[in-house]
Amino acid sequence: MASEAHVQAPETWSPLFGRLTLDWIPYHEPILVGTFSAIVLGGIAAVLLMTYFKLWGPLWRDWITSVDHKKIGIMYMVLGFIMFIRGFADALMMRAQQAMAAGGAEGYLPPHHYDQVFTAHGVIMIFFVAMAFITGIMNFVMPTQIGARDVAFPFLNNFSFWMTVAGALLVNISLFIGEFARVGWLAFPPLSGSAFSSGPGVDYYLWALQIAGVGTTLSGVNLLATIFKMRAKGMKLFDMPVFTWTTLCTNVLIVAAFPVLTATLTMLTLDRYLGFHFFTNDLGGNAMMYVNLIWIWGHPEVYILILPIFGVFSEIVSTFSGKPLFGYKTMVWATACIMVLSFVVWLHHFFTMGSGANVNTFFGITTMIIAVPTGVKVFNWLFTMYKGRVRFEVPMLWTTGFIVTFAIGGMTGVLLAVPPVDFQLHNTLFLIAHFHNVIIGGVVFGVYAAVTFWWPKAFGFKLDDKWGRRTFWFWFVGFYFAFMPLYALGLMGVTRRLQSYMDQAWQIYFIVAAFGAVLIACGIACGFINFAVSILRRKELAVGGDPWNARTLDWATQSPPAHYNFPQDIVVSGRDYFWKMKKDGFKWSTNYQDIHMPNNTATGVIVAAMALVFGFAMIWYIWWLAAISFIGMIATVIAHTFNYNQDHWIPAAKVAEMEAKGDVA
Amino acid sequence: MTMLDTPLTGRVEGPKGPDHHPEHHHASPTPIGFWIYLMSDCVIFASLFAAYAVLGNNFAGGPGPKDLFEPGFVLIETALLLISSVTFGVAMLKAENHDMDATTLWLVVTGLFGAGFIGMELYEFNHLIHIGAGPDRSGFLSAFFLLVGTHGLHVTAGLIWLCVMIAQIRMKGMIPANMQRLSTLSMFWHFLDLVWIGVFSFVYLVRLI
Repeated sequence: MASEAHVQAPETWSPLFGRLTLDWIPYHEPILVGTFSAIVLGGIAAVLLMTYFKLWGPLWRDWITSVDHKKIGIMYMVLGFIMFIRGFADALMMRAQQAMAAGGAEGYLPPHHYDQVFTAHGVIMIFFVAMAFITGIMNFVMPTQIGARDVAFPFLNNFSFWMTVAGALLVNISLFIGEFARVGWLAFPPLSGSAFSSGPGVDYYLWALQIAGVGTTLSGVNLLATIFKMRAKGMKLFDMPVFTWTTLCTNVLIVAAFPVLTATLTMLTLDRYLGFHFFTNDLGGNAMMYVNLIWIWGHPEVYILILPIFGVFSEIVSTFSGKPLFGYKTMVWATACIMVLSFVVWLHHFFTMGSGANVNTFFGITTMIIAVPTGVKVFNWLFTMYKGRVRFEVPMLWTTGFIVTFAIGGMTGVLLAVPPVDFQLHNTLFLIAHFHNVIIGGVVFGVYAAVTFWWPKAFGFKLDDKWGRRTFWFWFVGFYFAFMPLYALGLMGVTRRLQSYMDQAWQIYFIVAAFGAVLIACGIACGFINFAVSILRRKELAVGGDPWNARTLDWATQSPPAHYNFPQDIVVSGRDYFWKMKKDGFKWSTNYQDIHMPNNTATGVIVAAMALVFGFAMIWYIWWLAAISFIGMIATVIAHTFNYNQDHWIPAAKVAEMEAKGDVA
Repeated sequence: MTMLDTPLTGRVEGPKGPDHHPEHHHASPTPIGFWIYLMSDCVIFASLFAAYAVLGNNFAGGPGPKDLFEPGFVLIETALLLISSVTFGVAMLKAENHDMDATTLWLVVTGLFGAGFIGMELYEFNHLIHIGAGPDRSGFLSAFFLLVGTHGLHVTAGLIWLCVMIAQIRMKGMIPANMQRLSTLSMFWHFLDLVWIGVFSFVYLVRLI
């Protein structure tokens, strides 16, 4: 993040380093030097420990080059948690700044730094935390729920993951080399155009999202093909677990919406790099076209995040209530309705554009209609619990916390759907409170629930109960302290993205919000302590394949599952098939057969590394490096297609040996 | 795009024994996977068409379609691409008969027509930029260059893929993996043809009337 000097850094260009000069290294910013030192020291410690325990080989063989959907899923979760720390640090900085900077006080973050912080917070939390989490959960859970051994295109899955990592790395590199965008998380032009943001910040934004976006789109294609083609014999679409259904709808949204983002960002890139006029103020550009296009992606995006989480809660509610999900078919249709409707509400993000009463009315009504299927879901969960024998394990705690919190967030959303109300609340903290209410209350709570629920499947032992409950209560209470004051401030007319403000009456609300953020920090800390404590106590927390008495096929494997998932093919009839298997006293036959599996490959990580170099070179105008890395990517991909031996067989004897070791349902 | 062409994964199990003749429970996911990818690509083009529709009259005092587009030139360009689709169809027929040499020949012919199309497009772009009607002239020309250029980039990618495909057919013969790749490439090629019909109609034809 740049100092004042950087903001005015003259544009010099050299053939070797492009526009990158020493002036762009923020060595006189204490916050950044401190962060950098901590990361370097931590990095050195990690390298030494890895070397000491000889873990480099296993890391490369078993994880980095792995095409196993479960390992890729876990790596997405690790990426999500790491980026979560970064994004949350940004949040704490903003809360601290706004708690201080009242009545003429400037706080500790100057505007150009504060603007980078709120931009980075939004970009990281949506693209590299929430997206990483939901992609991770879908990757880990869905293939086993449909009785598959892996996804349809395992290599592509690995490649998608590493492209996401490359995008995340670019965002983090901007912290120490250059600056990040100062334009808000959706980078509206003309502010984000070269006339008003000439530095590399917006270019970091563009290339990070483009590179990660390739991964997201391909992962959407992959998971869809998996659901359509890899289901166990006999499993009809309406036999699929609800989580798989929500995964299906989410990936339809990804495949249909992310290309719009790609196209839109490409236009902005061309405006900035080659002087095109898509969104400029002069020569026939139209900035509102950007706002429309980006929200045509952006609104489906929020459902991309929440739909899989609805699926997670559906699985958890029915498992811990000991009942099949109430209204399975209505749940599926509600999900499908949301999928379609999410494409016809985008304009509610900018009713103030001035498109007239008729247009605003249309989008206001569609927005209110989309609340209906969501309401259907809430009642389905409640009726599933009704007269069930509900076990209040930690995942169930998160679920009830979600239902209460999400209902409030949903209602404030319907308020904002009324255009005249929106004219008052547009761009105020009321909106900020609303979408944090649904994203934290929905996505974050859901991710914690999912992690607690599927952790024993992934690692063979449960998470600690006590630390799990602490995590929940800190988060739950912290959320209300942090965001209820923002609703109040929004109603007072306080706009978003304020680095400082004059009215001291607002300050107490910001202080309460900062206190809430501290509570959330405690919740996050408890979550990580929970991981550590549980790993240390893994012997006593060890469990078998089905620790929760669950209902779907993902629990029919060992914990952790063998990399081929199921020792034999399963023939499915009906819903909640694992429940049926348990009732019928199902046992795996010992007549094992050879299993066909894909090989690991380093191509994905190599191409993504080149994409990272390419992005960096484009940001800094280092054209020779951009050309080399781009050609390198193409050449590596082509070389990969000349390798026809991309799979292997696991002999039956080996399968028998692995099954004997594990505890099979 | 060749990345999508991965082998089908280990969903299949074979009977025991040294040689595996797996009974495929699952058809290969590649065709449907590639279809889904093409649909996502289609959304990219839809966005670019939308941008062209919004900005198409923003000439900013610069030249418009009637000043710039030559119907005859575009017609020949279009013919080249349409014929290349037909020749690809012939290549597929030859491939069905496992006739490697004929398949190669028709793929080469397809590639030549495709290269001719790209050559004409490059000539047109160069000409427009030369006369001061480059993409930085107006919103209309920005949208025009991006839409037509994106299609051109796709065709270029298709040409590279075509070369790789020919090499792989020569090396490995008409094995099932290559047959699948060939039919995937054929889908891609015809898809680009279809998009071009949209470009021809909405970018050139309608604007010349």
